[in-house]
Amino acid sequence: MAYIKCENVSLAYEGQTVVSDLNFEVNKGDYLCIVGENGSGKSTLVKAMLGLKSVGSGKITFGDGLGRKEIGYLPQQTVVQRDFPAVVEEIVLSGCLSKCGFRPFYNKAEKMLAADNLKRLEIEELAGRCYRELSGGQQQRVLLARALCATGKLLLLDEPVTGLDPKLTKEFYDIVEDLNKKDEITVVMVSHDVNAAVKYASHILHVGTQLFFGTKEDYLKTQAGKEFIGTGSLV
Amino acid sequence: MEAINKILYYLEFPFVRYALIVGILIALCASMLGVTLVLKRYSMIGDGLSHVAFGATAIAAVFNISSDILVTLPVTAICAIILLKTGQNARVKGDSAIAMFSVAALAFGYLLLNMTSTSSNVSGDVCTTLFGSVSILTLNETDVYLAMALSVVLLIVFGIFYNKIFAVTFDENFAKATGIKAEAYNMMIAVITAVVIVLAMNLVGALLISALIVFPALSAMRLFKRFRTVIVGAACIAVVCALLGMFISILAGTPTGATIVAANFVVYILFCVIGTIKGRA
Repeated sequence: MAYIKCENVSLAYEGQTVVSDLNFEVNKGDYLCIVGENGSGKSTLVKAMLGLKSVGSGKITFGDGLGRKEIGYLPQQTVVQRDFPAVVEEIVLSGCLSKCGFRPFYNKAEKMLAADNLKRLEIEELAGRCYRELSGGQQQRVLLARALCATGKLLLLDEPVTGLDPKLTKEFYDIVEDLNKKDEITVVMVSHDVNAAVKYASHILHVGTQLFFGTKEDYLKTQAGKEFIGTGSLV
Repeated sequence: MEAINKILYYLEFPFVRYALIVGILIALCASMLGVTLVLKRYSMIGDGLSHVAFGATAIAAVFNISSDILVTLPVTAICAIILLKTGQNARVKGDSAIAMFSVAALAFGYLLLNMTSTSSNVSGDVCTTLFGSVSILTLNETDVYLAMALSVVLLIVFGIFYNKIFAVTFDENFAKATGIKAEAYNMMIAVITAVVIVLAMNLVGALLISALIVFPALSAMRLFKRFRTVIVGAACIAVVCALLGMFISILAGTPTGATIVAANFVVYILFCVIGTIKGRA
């Protein structure tokens, strides 16, 4: 049984079908990168996996003990967030919200979890800092810590390195790799960066005119993979 | 001393006391909602909805409905829900939708009043609705109880749903993904906003409501860094400004609504300066 299984899924964006006949699955411990051109439906697929959007046809099922609400989501940053007056602690804690149910306040266990995740990402000294004063890389770590509060199983990262410089980008990828390898957290990452995708991922899903799903070794042999990477010199 | 005596003298009149109580409570409600609305980029919703309420008042006047709140409240609430709902994914984006509603309602309201009004001083009536009555003499005991009930409801809602409101304001998609019913909270915020605006129209008038929503939130954001302190700070700023504005208007005989807004503006400038100095230090 897979964590997430997509069967014959088609997705529409503003009435237009962008992807059809999509088949893939995410298993425990996988590191799946979703790549594809702009407008190929990557973000729409993410929304569908999160249940924010309904699928046109086909179905997405969750199994192996993973509930839909147990996905640790790291969304693309919005304009609203960049100048948001809140401290890191408040933001990371909000990842625990799904555990609260109808309880209006966080309990001790949830506060501990938030503190642990701050420590895990080495940002505990930022706990009292204002989010809008942090650098892009720090903000991304904060949002990752929040996502980790929501899940211990699967992270869904939507273009997490957009706007980060090469050094921070590498740092971020290393953190995610650590989480995947050491903590055995399954990772699904949407990315423009195919070179990084083939470097870190175990599986690749290519959406667009040509669909591909399989291990990264197989992906490198396909036409889509070669085209997208270009000369392939980096691999 | 003379000033204090004058204020004490005025406080003996029930309508002045009503105005003070309602003023403080409405300022409190508007500012707390304001933090969320400003952060969600809906600063102009107060302005837009108050014009809708103005249009609805005109309709009530045409049909001779004595308590116009029965018309204005539902109409404004429905518009608020439409505006907050369509904001994210509609063809007409949030700000233009608000602008459209706002001017259209204003125009239709004025047209209706002009065509049907029995009063000889139409522009005077319109001016009162837009800028608030000079001394808020129109408030009665019912308004006071209404404002009290509203404030209590709002405080309870913010108390219980504080963490959820924070999550929905900061990141709606993440909140939805973790199973928070973001739509329901947006709806709740929209309805409360509508109620606050309809009640606040008496106090500061339709044109100046935005100020009650926007200024305290912006001032608080200049200085405070924690979401909780921003909300509490905004509420405190709003209450102080409302009190200050009303006392000044009693002493100087200035229009109440405009004076309250002016007080808010001065405080905002003050906080900007303090914020800059603190930032440099």
